[in-house]
Amino acid sequence: MSEQEFTLQDLTRILLDGAGADESVDLDGNILDTDFEVLGYESLALLETGGRIEREFGIELDDEVFTDNTTPRALVAAVNAQLARLASA
Amino acid sequence: MKIRTLVTGIGVATPHGMGVADYWAATRVGKNAIGRITRFDPSPYPAQLAGEIPDFTPQDHLPGRLVRQTDRSTQLALTAASHAFQDAGVDPGALPEYDVGVVTAAGFGGVEFGQQELRKLWSQGNRYVSAYQSFASFHAANSGQISVHNELRGHAGVLVGDQAGGLDALAQARRHIRRGSKLMVSGGIDASLCPWGWVTHLAGGHVCGSDRPERAYLPFDRAADGHVPGEGGALLILEAERNSIERGAGNVYCEIAGHASTFDPRPGSGRAPGLRRAIDLALTDAALPASEIDVVFADAAGTLRLDREEADALTAVFGVFGVPVTAPKTTIGRLCAGAAPLDVVCAALTIREGLIPPTAHVEPSPEYDIDLVTTHPRTASVRTALVLARGHGGFNSAMVLRAVD
Repeated sequence: MSEQEFTLQDLTRILLDGAGADESVDLDGNILDTDFEVLGYESLALLETGGRIEREFGIELDDEVFTDNTTPRALVAAVNAQLARLASA
Repeated sequence: MKIRTLVTGIGVATPHGMGVADYWAATRVGKNAIGRITRFDPSPYPAQLAGEIPDFTPQDHLPGRLVRQTDRSTQLALTAASHAFQDAGVDPGALPEYDVGVVTAAGFGGVEFGQQELRKLWSQGNRYVSAYQSFASFHAANSGQISVHNELRGHAGVLVGDQAGGLDALAQARRHIRRGSKLMVSGGIDASLCPWGWVTHLAGGHVCGSDRPERAYLPFDRAADGHVPGEGGALLILEAERNSIERGAGNVYCEIAGHASTFDPRPGSGRAPGLRRAIDLALTDAALPASEIDVVFADAAGTLRLDREEADALTAVFGVFGVPVTAPKTTIGRLCAGAAPLDVVCAALTIREGLIPPTAHVEPSPEYDIDLVTTHPRTASVRTALVLARGHGGFNSAMVLRAVD
């Protein structure tokens, strides 16, 4: 299986597609270390986002992935760790 | 002395447009807004006419986060609620959050959103169903989203009773005001013009199959053969009289003076239909004799049996040709939960302007002894109005509105 990478650009695209964006938030700005909650994404928006990441990248994320990873930087790392596990399996 | 409940703000979503001024300008002259369905291809279905709201782009009215998680009906409702607050001159964020609530009526809930997600479920699989399906298609979605979006933490609820539910919601909001709420957002907005919603309408058995927009929905006409469904409705700001005085409300349209709802007897029981009793009880609630009602906004179901029942109830209460009757909804169709709140708006504007809008397209059958206002609007001094609404399955509701000096 070829190794895929999940990037911040993937995340912002999926957030926009699935949940939209608050006008007050610039997803193209420096959001790596901003909590999802501050960006305007509540639990349901994150559930939707997680479902879309799973579908697109063919992985399964733990239920806790968003409670353990509350910023884009942490989430991108967690998804990539999951992708790496899949590639090496 | 009961606390008086006043209408102090109006927001509408109608096939005549999203503005009260557009709605009234078209309604007062009986301009038609019914046409062939454009929101989906209606050609496979036995009925193809509807009253559609033209040119509504949710992104122009709502934050991006809300558009993805809402059905069209909720997008229309959020927009109309904002217009109602603006019209009332009220900033919802500046009010004590527990003093303001929202009660809406819903007939369909977010049926188009639900349809999209069902399509994904069966064509792509359960992993493709939106997380927002958990609430977006729910009947309470409009009340919930209006409450969340405007930070209203007072009483909230939803009533489901087809067309009658629209009046029952306003009455429930009035109860909350009598119990101490200062202000309520109330009314109803339905939007069900998608295939799943359409087959639901058709299953009711009362949708007209005509393809002529001006000869399709003809209540009280000898040619009556069902109705045309439409989308939209109205949301009103209802306010305790004292609150409106204290803040110096700029718009006071009318008072909600009386309401009652009844249920029809079991079919075949031989007992009388419940509409007349609803009218009598609403008049009693308003402490007004029938002789003081200046105009009736009919439910106008558009079938021979239901028109006969309504005409008989009106004749029994008001006498032969005893009161002007109108049904401006013939230009936009029946809006389900949105119909009666929009008729309340129409009544409020009729009181304000002293002009009864016409029941367009209808040639009144001589079999009914009612004074139906047709073709041309009628100038009249209107101080009180009665709005009637019936729902499929036996719901009857009546509401009395009274001018405020």
